[in-house]
Amino acid sequence: GVTFCPKELHGRYYEMAPNVVPMDYTKDPDVKLPMQLIINMPELKENPFKERIVESFSEDGEGSLSFNDFVDMFSVLSEMAPRELKAIYAFKIYDFNTDNFICKADLEKTLNKLTREELTAEEITLVCEKVIEEADMDGDGKLGYADFENMISKAVLHLQIR
Amino acid sequence: MRELALFELNCVCYCSHPPEGCKDFQQADTEHLSRWKRWKRTSSKSLKKALSEVKGFSSYLVLWRHDIHSIEGKFGTGIQSYFSFLRFLVLLNFIIFILMFSFITLPIIISKYGIFNNTIVNISPKYIDNCTIYEPSGNKGLVYFYTYLQDLLSGTGILEVTSLFYGYYTIDAIWISTMRYNLPLAYLLATFAYLALSLLWIIKRSVEGFKQNLVHDADPFQSYCNKVFAGWDFCITDPNAARLKHRSLQCELQTDLQEEKLKQKIAERTMKEKLRIYSLRIFINIIVLAILSGFFYSIYRVTVFSQENSNDVDNANFQANLLVQYLPSMVITLANFIGPLIFSFLIRFEDYTPAFEIKMTLLRCVFLRLANIGVLLFSLWSQISDCGTDKCKPCGYNYKLYPCWESDVGQEMYKLMIFDFIVILAVPLFVDFPRMLLVTHCSCKLVQWFGLQEFGISDSVLEIIYGQTICWIGTFFAPLLPAIATIKYFVIFYIKKICLKHTRKPAARPIRASSSNFFFLLVLLIGLILAFIPVGVSIARIPSSKACGPFRNFNTSWEVIPDTIVTFPTGLQQVLFGMASEAFAVPFFMIICIIMFYFTALARAHKRVVEQLREQLVLHGFTFQEMLMCDLA
Repeated sequence: GVTFCPKELHGRYYEMAPNVVPMDYTKDPDVKLPMQLIINMPELKENPFKERIVESFSEDGEGSLSFNDFVDMFSVLSEMAPRELKAIYAFKIYDFNTDNFICKADLEKTLNKLTREELTAEEITLVCEKVIEEADMDGDGKLGYADFENMISKAVLHLQIR
Repeated sequence: MRELALFELNCVCYCSHPPEGCKDFQQADTEHLSRWKRWKRTSSKSLKKALSEVKGFSSYLVLWRHDIHSIEGKFGTGIQSYFSFLRFLVLLNFIIFILMFSFITLPIIISKYGIFNNTIVNISPKYIDNCTIYEPSGNKGLVYFYTYLQDLLSGTGILEVTSLFYGYYTIDAIWISTMRYNLPLAYLLATFAYLALSLLWIIKRSVEGFKQNLVHDADPFQSYCNKVFAGWDFCITDPNAARLKHRSLQCELQTDLQEEKLKQKIAERTMKEKLRIYSLRIFINIIVLAILSGFFYSIYRVTVFSQENSNDVDNANFQANLLVQYLPSMVITLANFIGPLIFSFLIRFEDYTPAFEIKMTLLRCVFLRLANIGVLLFSLWSQISDCGTDKCKPCGYNYKLYPCWESDVGQEMYKLMIFDFIVILAVPLFVDFPRMLLVTHCSCKLVQWFGLQEFGISDSVLEIIYGQTICWIGTFFAPLLPAIATIKYFVIFYIKKICLKHTRKPAARPIRASSSNFFFLLVLLIGLILAFIPVGVSIARIPSSKACGPFRNFNTSWEVIPDTIVTFPTGLQQVLFGMASEAFAVPFFMIICIIMFYFTALARAHKRVVEQLREQLVLHGFTFQEMLMCDLA
């Protein structure tokens, strides 16, 4: 488990684009780095959801992160963040069409990212049906935040008992 | 536990400044303690530090630590468990070799150099007859060069009279000043010791895997959601590890779907279909048994043929002689190769779930491999105890053909081991390497479709378990065999590693490490228990050879022990004889059964408690979330 100081984070943000990011943040400059630079960071490079992660933390929704967004992202992703906060952002990440519901289309995209599109269409449909069957509590055919949070807490608890 | 990291990143950078108030807090705490307690605390701290440093240092001494680590990173934990298993066998064989060497061979070597006195076995008069005629060919002076090669490969000739085989150990006792070192007793006790050591070590290693298997089986609850939303490990930064994870998730999902489909299919079966399936299964099992019997019978006939024709020492044709000697090994290897292919072909018709299919095929392959060795030994014994027409009257065994039968059995085990080694060396060289060259340089479609050989973990594991069983059986008859086994596994490690990197692709279906570890050790344990039988029979049933070896004075090898006990004080004697009688054995056995039932019941109760606690936690968590939501609303 590791903690990191803001200085280190600033260093990482700076070294991605040294000619754009200022060294001095006291005047609160309005600098945003594009998604392409962020998703090339070693911590995120192999993550299938890297684009969604960066998009969920970016204020303008297009994927460019200001330094504040950058710090937010790493604090939610670190070990220290409370589980509820993680669940909120996890829901945002899996909600591809940002309609505040994880519907079947979102699940299909999630699966394709997870398995690098190696599953057949029939298999994807079956898995999506199973997931909705397991997690949908209010019966609307898609996962709202309440369903998702409930399911995640059970998943974490189950896995922790091993 | 790495797989459980839900949205957690291990950032590479970390802060090197400890929290501000930390140091002050520690100092303030110690001021209140007395001097004694302060000293205790500082000494325990320094002891812990020293222990952790020793641990850190000793981890560098672990054999192949870096290699196995890199294999785990690139190929996953399933394949890594295979290599850890190899490392375990290397260590086990090395320890067994040290045991046998220091207690049996070393005293003889020392005494032969004249440092201690020794007495050679005196044979009682009733045996002095034809039983003691034993003329190993040894060094006959001027011989052709290839006889040395033949001797090396089949353990006859020069090799037969070395300390490798049982026949060399003819010394009865070694006198160290006034103490008598009873060599036959040491030989027998060392045998028991290495068997017991292997048993205890394997059980100790399998306990961890067993615990996991017992408490947690496949979780049917919410398994799809868990895999989709909590399946990805956010700590992965290596592209190879990422590729592996993608593949394992894909395979897990596909397997789950398949099982689901099959379960539905099974539930929908009509009575007619069920009858058809069951009769088909019975039929296929009969076919499997028939095939196995076919293999066993051919091994028996080939062994008998080989024994009859290789005793013909004057056979001048070097290659033919070697071929005849190695015929049983070749047939066994062929059976071990063809059997699994047939089994995996047949099991498709039996319509089992994929998981059960794998288990069933493995079970059949394990049985085939271990039973082959058993049949070989059985056929050897039938030759040795072939007592028709008074062949064994003076000595109890067929003394004309087998004046020193233990060495012969040792030689067969030696040949099996050498041939196994040759095959494991030859297959990568002559099959995998050309195949890899073809696939990389020839782009024609047929070759590409054929592709690289898969690294089948189960097959490789069964190979080495087969070799280890041979070693265990053979060590009684050839005490230095573990040394050969150590070298063999040492070389196999590097060969398999090179094979994995260059000529093979990892199995399409990634295997979980915990279950596979337990499975390997379980099969190894089965091999060990099967190895007890030949060794036990040789020690206790078959009369020891009167022409060679340390047990010439005794009827059977086991007789050393009663003989030694007779020299103990009478009280101790009575206790020991009492322990061996039925009056003791039956109640002892019953008590062991009761204890076993107790522990099984305890394990089941623990498992139930774990399930209940798990459910409670889930419910508790659910209610807590509900409360939170109500609060916010």
